[in-house]
Parts: sequence; structure tokens; C-alpha cells
Amino acid sequence: MAAGVAAWLPFARAAAIGWMPVANCPMPLAPADKNKRQDELIVLNVSGRRFQTWRTTLERYPDTLLGSTEKEFFFNEDTKEYFFDRDPEVFRCVLNFYRTGKLHYPRYECISAYDDELAFYGILPEIIGDCCYEEYKDRKRENAERLMDDNDSENNQESMPSLSFRQTMWRAFENPHTSTLALVFYYVTGFFIAVSVITNVVETVPCGTVPGSKELPCGERYSVAFFCLDTACVMIFTVEYLLRLFAAPSRYRFIRSVMSIIDVVAIMPYYIGLVMTNNEDVSGAFVTLRVFRVFRIFKFSRHSQGLRILGYTLKSCASELGFLLFSLTMAIIIFATVMFYAEKGSSASKFTSIPASFWYTIVTMTTLGYGDMVPKTIAGKIFGSICSLSGVLVIALPVPVIVSNFSRIYHQNQRADKRRAQKKARLARIRVAKTGSSNAYLHSKRNGLLNEALELTGTPEEEHMGKTTSLIESQHHHLLHCLEKTTNHEFIDEQMFEQNCMESSMQNYPSTRSPSLSSHAGLTTTCCSRRSKKTTHLPNSNLPATRLRSMQELSTIHIQGSEQPSLTTSRSSLNLKADDGLRPNCKTSQITTAIISIPTPPALTPEGESRPPPASPGPNTNIPSIASNVVKVSAL
Amino acid sequence: ILGCDNTLLTTQIIEDELEMTMVCHRPEGLEQLEAQTNFTKRELQVLYRGFKNECPSGVVNEDTFKQIYAQFFPHGDASTYAHYLFNAFDTTQTGSVKFEDFVTALSILLRGTVHEKLRWTFNLYDINKDGYINKEEMMDIVKAIYDMMGKYTYPVLKEDTPRQHVDVFFQKMDKNKDGIVTLDEFLESCQEDDNIMRSLQLFQNVM
Repeated sequence: MAAGVAAWLPFARAAAIGWMPVANCPMPLAPADKNKRQDELIVLNVSGRRFQTWRTTLERYPDTLLGSTEKEFFFNEDTKEYFFDRDPEVFRCVLNFYRTGKLHYPRYECISAYDDELAFYGILPEIIGDCCYEEYKDRKRENAERLMDDNDSENNQESMPSLSFRQTMWRAFENPHTSTLALVFYYVTGFFIAVSVITNVVETVPCGTVPGSKELPCGERYSVAFFCLDTACVMIFTVEYLLRLFAAPSRYRFIRSVMSIIDVVAIMPYYIGLVMTNNEDVSGAFVTLRVFRVFRIFKFSRHSQGLRILGYTLKSCASELGFLLFSLTMAIIIFATVMFYAEKGSSASKFTSIPASFWYTIVTMTTLGYGDMVPKTIAGKIFGSICSLSGVLVIALPVPVIVSNFSRIYHQNQRADKRRAQKKARLARIRVAKTGSSNAYLHSKRNGLLNEALELTGTPEEEHMGKTTSLIESQHHHLLHCLEKTTNHEFIDEQMFEQNCMESSMQNYPSTRSPSLSSHAGLTTTCCSRRSKKTTHLPNSNLPATRLRSMQELSTIHIQGSEQPSLTTSRSSLNLKADDGLRPNCKTSQITTAIISIPTPPALTPEGESRPPPASPGPNTNIPSIASNVVKVSAL
Repeated sequence: ILGCDNTLLTTQIIEDELEMTMVCHRPEGLEQLEAQTNFTKRELQVLYRGFKNECPSGVVNEDTFKQIYAQFFPHGDASTYAHYLFNAFDTTQTGSVKFEDFVTALSILLRGTVHEKLRWTFNLYDINKDGYINKEEMMDIVKAIYDMMGKYTYPVLKEDTPRQHVDVFFQKMDKNKDGIVTLDEFLESCQEDDNIMRSLQLFQNVM
């Protein structure tokens, strides 16, 4: 229940008078306001700054420091005020929370200082209002990351718990700084990648002539040396790949990853070349395959963080790049078509077809201007100049747009995801508050029944066990109880409801009809399904002493395990009632809720299930079977 | 809090470019309210503080009213009953409840005589305010009360439970069995019933 609405509780209770003529049962007693004192101003002195507020304002949240008796520890007798040696700025926000029911997070405040203050005053940060919640979460996340970084750098100096050999190897591969061996391995592979790339390049350089033949490239001149180098590199790469494959925690995922594909593609040509003979037909294809050796350079991306980031950036801005490409293609096609038709007339024109003009358009638009294709007609020249001018724009314009687009979309995505996550959290919070409020009532009901059960058995010392609820809460629960009485139905939680539905679908209630027939109004029987409070006289007085004793016995058992002993009371009273005939006023009743598995405020307590009541006191014998800790209670 | 003791009921309408109208209502003076109702000055102050907190504009409209009332009954749907309550509070049928109406009704409910309370309740049940309660009106009211219970009840709410309840009510209240309950019948029947009399005194010390 929201804080401010608590002030409307008197109105809600007054409005309950509207139910009274409709109800057939007597209403429960209202909780007494024991400490009926006038609302007074209290002074809160926070490091010299005095705040004043009504006492009832603070009592709206009884589970915080200021709302509970905990603040009495800070009461200064001499000055008759509460003194807190804390930050007055944050206290302003805290006090406003009590006043308005909304907790705000000021942006200028440091997140850890704020958290400390909230923890001191016993306020959970989850109730920060939606207006400030996003900011709070952002700052909290940054702070957490900072803490994590600090922790990581600390941990790196410690020795890790013993991992398996495989895990150590994987860690060594992924993070070369972990051990010297990994670092050596890292540099060795890096070196060999460089060697391999350089050999590929140098292979093709012409290196002097052998007398009697044309100039040869180095690769063919020193083919053995190059072959040895290549073999060495490929062996290193193969070993590395196999080791990585062995160490990978998820081999399937590793095989599918980009880096491993690059590795495979880099070493494949060599093996294929080994396998294939020096056949003239396939040597052409073999030569093409050698091109793939250049992919070895991509292996450097393991060694370079920057390359990886670039790759990720391109991947994430693929749609923008695609748009750039698309617009360029459009422009190229347009201009190529125009140039083709413009130059069609001129003789010996290089613009033989539109695809041929593509080359001209691209070269012109990117301001390269090779000059191998040049327009000769006047129209061609005009359009050619337009093409080159627009080329500058078309190329230059999308680039900053892409950059800013990328940045904008990236942040937007982050914010949209955040909002979606927070929306779910927000709805969950509302739901929790709602169910919390309804569950609080069910809880207090059970506690109240347990209290009365204990009172019946004469153990008064346990009486006030559950009475820790605030006055406002008890008044609210009283209001709900009145509603239950008016309608002669009870609030239960979902699980019980489902169980009841299942039960009722399985069994009819033939026996319930019989008592109803004996009363002149069908409703009064359900009316009497409520346990009356102690103020209305109970049938205990009618019971013979034996019953009371058995009740005592049962009660002792019940205290350890489960339920109210008044079961027997009710059953016997049922018998009595059946004899007396039902009276419209339900002075006697029987319990419908029963089970409490632990006497202390229960975490989860299934409520009583209903069963068609047998007419005989036979079920009484079932009660001692508390081993099951669940006892079925019958109800009319 | 109630700074304007001497001002009459003022209703200011403030308009700006966005065409938002804000109705700001200030209630009558504290002395006048104290004279008209059975509350002391202190109690009126406490009431007004709570009222103003939820409704800074000084009036409650039906939606806010329903929202506030729904907070007390999280299990079910309190909007229908809140609607009838609102109509009972809004004696002048203007669509908004001012602080004076609020306090007047509370004064009757909490501090009034039995007669006054019963008359107020009769007025609540009489939805069309024609001076008689017929079965349909009672059905609506009882249905609204049962709606507040929600779905998860024990025993399970059946379709005709409200109808049965209304039948019981009419049997008790309708003395001449003509199908409608007049104010006199209502007063008489309620005063005969001990339960009702007792429960009317339940909220004596709410303030």
C-alpha cells in the first residue's frame, strides 16, 4: 500500500459501513489504537541541519530505521531531537521519500555514498522511482565494472586454483600474458606468420636471371629453400591448430569460429599441393589455391586487438555499409547508362557497353581518373564532369553518416534493451508489491488464527507472537476481514484455489447439502464457515471436560507440528449444531483454514483443503497423524 | 495549511498554450467546516493533509477515487464499488468530490447517529436515487462487493452466490414483500438486527 494512501485508510474503513446491512455475520473487532497520541512534530538533526516532520509521516514505512523504534537509539535527551551524524544532502532525499512515497536519486551524488546512506536508513534501492531508476542503475553498473576491474587485476597476481592441463593450455592460448611459455608460444607463432607472409611475397619477386633463360622469380629459383620455409611454417601452424583444437572447451564451437576457419584455409593449400602431383591440368587450379596462403595474414588478428575491433565494427555496421554500396551502385548504373548513350555516337569509343562504362564511372566517381577511358563527345564530357563532381559527394557523404549512424544506433540499442529490461523489472515490482500486500493479509490471518489457537489452549505467553504488524497494517487487515465476513468468502492464495478447484471437480459435496437443508436460509451455513473471534462466546463452554482435555493433548502435538486444536471444537460443535438446528446467527463455526507447518511466521503455508465433512467425529482420529504435517480440515 | 480562512469557494482555471486546464479548489475555512461536521480542528487538519497529498488540485475525480480505493483491495476489482461510493459521496452530482463533501460524508459515517448512518447507506444502495431500492440495484451493489473479493476465494465463488445473498437481504428488509425496500422499511429492519447495529458502531474510533 502506498504511503500517501495510508492517509485514506480512515475513509476506506468508514466506507465499509456500506457493507454492514448486507452482511449476515457479525464483524470482527477493530484493532485498538493503543498508543493514541496526537500527531506531533519531531525534529531530526542531521549533522547540524534540522529537519522537521510529523511522526506519522515517518511511521509510514515501519521497516526502515526512521519508521521503527530503531531511531530511539539516536534520540538526544538534552535537546529532545534525533541526531544523525550523516550527510544532510542525502538525508533530504531520504526524508522526501517518506513524504511523497517516491525515492529519487540526485545526479550529483556519488553512487557508493548514496548506497551507503540508503543502507544505513534501511531503505532498499529497488524502490527508487522510475524517473531516477535508469540513472541509478547506469551509475551502479559503472561502479560495479570498476570494482570488477580492480578485482581482476588483483586476481591476476594470485595463483589460480589448479586447473586441468587442458584448461591451462586454453587459458595460455587465449591470454598470452598468463605465463612465460604462453608468451613464447605467442611470439613464435607471430614470427612464423610474418615469415610465411614475407616468403609468399618474396617468392614472386624476380631475382636475377639464370643464363640462358628468362628472368625467374625467386620462388622458382630457390624453390627448395622456399619449399622448406613453407613446410616449416605450415608445420608450426598445423601443430598450433591441433593444440588449440585439443584445448578448446567446446570443440564444435571452436571449429565453427572464424579464426579456426582462417587457420584451416591458410594451411590447406600446402597439403593439397602435397597430395596433388605435378599434373599440368590441375596445376592451374593449384596456383589459384596458393592465393589462399595470403589468409595467413589474418592470423595476425589474434595478435592484434585493433584488428579484432575493426572487424567487429565492420560487422556491426554492415547495414550502413550495405546502404553505401547500394547508393553507389545506383549512381554508377545511372551514370554508366548516360555515358554509354552519350558516347554511342562517337567512333572508336571505348564505351562499348554499359558494363564497360561501369569501369569509367567508378574510376571517375572515386576521383581516380586513370584516363584509359575518356569521353570524346561534348555531351559525354558534360556528363563526365557531372559524374566526377557528384562522385565526391556520393563517396564523402555517407562516411560520416555511417560513423554517426553507427554510434547512434549502438547507443539506441543499448537504451532500448535497458528500457525493456527495466520495464519487465518494473512490472515485476508492481506485481510483487500487489501480491505482497495480499499475501501480507493472508499471513497475518494465519498468524491471527494461530494466536487464537494458542489462546484457546491456554498458553498465553505465546499470545503476542504475530503482533508485529503496524497499526495501519492491522487496520487494513481488519478492513479486509470485514469484507470477508460480508461476503462469507475467504481470501486464499492461488495454489490453494487450484487445489480446491481440483478437489471440487473430483468430488461432489453431497453432505454439505444436508446441513444446508436444515437451515431456513442456505446462506447462513456458509456464513458459519467462519471462525468467530474470541469476543463472541465459543462452544467451548458447552463442551464436556473430556473434550477439553483431548483438545489439550492435541494442542500440545499441534504446537510442534501443525494446526489449531479447535478442529475438534468445530467438529463437535457441528454435531451439536446439527442437533440444535442451525441458528441464523453464527455463534459457532468451524475453521476453514488450518495448516501452519511452523509456529513462527510461516514462509509458505498451505491452507486447509476442504473435504466433505463426515457426520461422525471419525475425522478426529485423523488429526494425530501429524507426521504428514498437513491436515485436512473439513468445512461446511 | 488552510491559509485562506475567509475566502469563498474559489475555482480558478489556469490555461496555457498547451491548453491544459488545472482546476484548483480551496475549501471553506476551518471554522466553518468544524461547525458543519462532527470533527475537531485537529482531525480536519489531519484529514486535509492526507486529502491534499493525494489530490493536490483539491478535488477528487472518479478515476483517482477508484485508484485510491483499489489500493486497499489488491485481491479483486474494487472499481465498481468505488463507482457507487463515489456517487454517494458526490452529493451534488458534479463528477468531482471536494474536500467539503468528503469530510461531510466521513462525519456522518464515523460520528453520525445511527439514523444518519443508515440513511447514508440507503442512499448508497439506491443507485438511481429514486428513494427506493429494488432488486436490481441491490444485485449491482452485492455483485460489486463480491467483485472486490477477486478470484481466489474459499469457498469458490459461484454464479448465484450474489443472487442468494440479495434474496436473503430482501427477505429481511422487505417487510410488505412488494419487491422494493423503502427508507422506512430499511431503517426498521436494520434497527431490529443486532448484528447490524453492532457493526455500525465498529468504526467509532477510526479517527
